[in-house]
Amino acid sequence: MRNFFAVYTKELRSYFVSPVAYVIAGVFLFLSGYLFRNILMSFNFYCQQFSQRSQFMSGAGMPQLNLNEMVVTQFFGVMDFIWLMVVPMLTMRLFAEEKKSGTIELLMTSPISTVQILMGKFLACFTLYNLIVALTLVYPLILEVYGDPDWGPIWTAYLGYFLLGGTFVGVGILASAVTENQIVAVLLAFGGLLLLWLIDWSASFAGPTAAKILHSVSIIEHLQGFQRGVVDTKDVVFYLSFTFFTLFVTSRVVESRRWRR
Amino acid sequence: MIEVRNLSKTYGDVTAVEDVSFIAEKGEILGFLGPNGAGKTTTMRVLTCYLPPSSGSAIVDGFDVVEESMEVRRRIGYLPEFPPLYADMTVSSYLSFVAKIKGVPSAQLKSRMDEAMEKTGIAHQCNNVIGHLSKGYRQRVGLAQALVHNPSVLILDEPTVGLDPRQIIEIRETIKALRGEHTIILCTHILPEVSMTCDKIVIISEGCIVGEGTPESLMSQLKEGEVLRAQIAGPSDEIRELLRGIDGVLDVVDDDTAAPRDGDEQAYVVTAAPGHDIRDLVAKRIVDGGHGLRELRGLEMDLEDIFLQLTTK
Repeated sequence: MRNFFAVYTKELRSYFVSPVAYVIAGVFLFLSGYLFRNILMSFNFYCQQFSQRSQFMSGAGMPQLNLNEMVVTQFFGVMDFIWLMVVPMLTMRLFAEEKKSGTIELLMTSPISTVQILMGKFLACFTLYNLIVALTLVYPLILEVYGDPDWGPIWTAYLGYFLLGGTFVGVGILASAVTENQIVAVLLAFGGLLLLWLIDWSASFAGPTAAKILHSVSIIEHLQGFQRGVVDTKDVVFYLSFTFFTLFVTSRVVESRRWRR
Repeated sequence: MIEVRNLSKTYGDVTAVEDVSFIAEKGEILGFLGPNGAGKTTTMRVLTCYLPPSSGSAIVDGFDVVEESMEVRRRIGYLPEFPPLYADMTVSSYLSFVAKIKGVPSAQLKSRMDEAMEKTGIAHQCNNVIGHLSKGYRQRVGLAQALVHNPSVLILDEPTVGLDPRQIIEIRETIKALRGEHTIILCTHILPEVSMTCDKIVIISEGCIVGEGTPESLMSQLKEGEVLRAQIAGPSDEIRELLRGIDGVLDVVDDDTAAPRDGDEQAYVVTAAPGHDIRDLVAKRIVDGGHGLRELRGLEMDLEDIFLQLTTK
C-alpha cells in the first residue's frame, strides 16, 4: 500500500510541477466553455423564436423547451469527444517516458509489484482526469443560476464520465506500456479510442449478430443512457470490465520482461 | 554474497552472456571488467532481477533472482549505466521516493536519506531539481539512490563514466569507503579503476569469462617469464651475443622506445624462461665483458597488458 502511494503521489506531483496539468486543463476548459456558450446561445435563439410564435398559437400542440434535453445532454454529448483527444495526452508519458529515460529499471529492480506500479500510475492519471471533470461543474451551476435544470440526469452524466474516464485512461496506459515513444503512445491510444467510438457505425452494414456485438463494444453507446439520466447495470459493468481488462493486459505487458527468456 | 552459476542470456539469436560463473564474497569489491559490449550490463541486469536468465542461476544473499526476486530486490542497490533519475524532481523528493519504494520504514526515512546524501556529498544540493544538476552530481544522486536503503549488495554499472578526473577520484574514494559494509560489484572498462579499488577481478569478453582472480594472481598467472630491461654502453652486436649466451635467456630485442643517451648506449629487453632469475647473471657478464651497465630493471606486466592479452583473440 505504501509502495502504491509513493508511486501515486510521484505521478500526480509530476503532472503539477510540469505545465502538463495546467495546459491540458486550460485547453479543455476553454474548448468546453466555447461549446457550452454556443449551445446556450442557440437555446436562447430557440427561446426567442418560441416566445414569438406562442403569441399566435395556443398552448396545445406546442413543442416543449427542455433545458436538460437541449443544453445539458447536448453539452455532455460533445464533451466526451474532447476527452477522447485529451486523455491520450495525459497517459502517454506514464510508461513510455520511464522506458525512454531508463527509470523503469529503477522501478523494476525495486521491491514493488507491477500491479502497485500500474495502479499508482493509473489512479494518478484518473485523479487528474476527475479533477478537470469536476471543474466543468461550473456549467450546470451557471444554468442553475439562470434556469431550473433537473440535477438527476446531470449527476448520472457525471457518473458516466467517471466510468468512461477509467476506460479512456486504461486504453491510454496500455498504449503507453507497449512503446517507449510518447508520440506513438498518443497515436495508438487516440486511434484505439476513436475506433472503439466509431465501431457501431459498421454495425449498420453487418449481420444481426455481428451488429449486436459491434453495438455493445462501442464505448460511446454505453454513455447515452447516463446522459439521459438512466443508470443501467449493463453499462456500468461494461465500463468497469473494460477498464479492468485494459489494466490486466497492461500489467502483463509490463511484466512480460520478466518471463521473456 | 553473490553467486552466479553457469549463467547464460540470449536475446533472440544473439548470445549476450554465455556460461558465466563467479562468486563475490561478503564485503569485498569485485571488479567486473570487459570491453564495451562484452555482456557486463546484461549480467548485472540479471543479478538485479531486471531480466531473467536464459539458463543458469544467480543467488544474491542466499536468494535466487528468479524464485525469490522480491527478497533479492530488497537487498540490492543498483546504479545502472544511465542513472535512473526523474529530471523534474528535487534531490530530496527523489531520494524519499526511492527510499519508500525500496521499503525503508517511515521512522528511518529521514536518517537514511541524510546518510546517503552525506556519503555521496550531495547534502547541499538536496533542494535542487535534478534536471538542473551537472553530470557529476547526477551520478552522485544515482549512487545515493543505490545506497538509500542500506542494501547488503551494491551493483554499480560504470559509475565514473562521463565524469571529469577530479570527480572520478571522488567517486572512487566514495566507493572504497563503502567496502566492508556492502558487497560491491563494480562494472567498468576502465582498468586503473579496477586495480585501484577492487579486491578481485573478473574479466569478461564476448559474453564469456576469460580471467578471474586478485589483480596480483592474474598478473603472475599470465606472466610468460621474467622480463628485464637493460641499458648498456658498448658495441651492440657483441652485447646481444653475450646476452643470448646466458643460461635461461629466451629472447633479446632492442628497446627503441628510449633514445640512447650517449653514442653507443642501447636498451635491450631480455626475456628469460619462467623461474629463472637472471638479474645477477646479466649484471656480472656485462661488467666482466668490460661493457658499461647503465640501468637494469625488471619489467612488470600490468593489468593493461593482461586485459589486452585476454580480450583480443
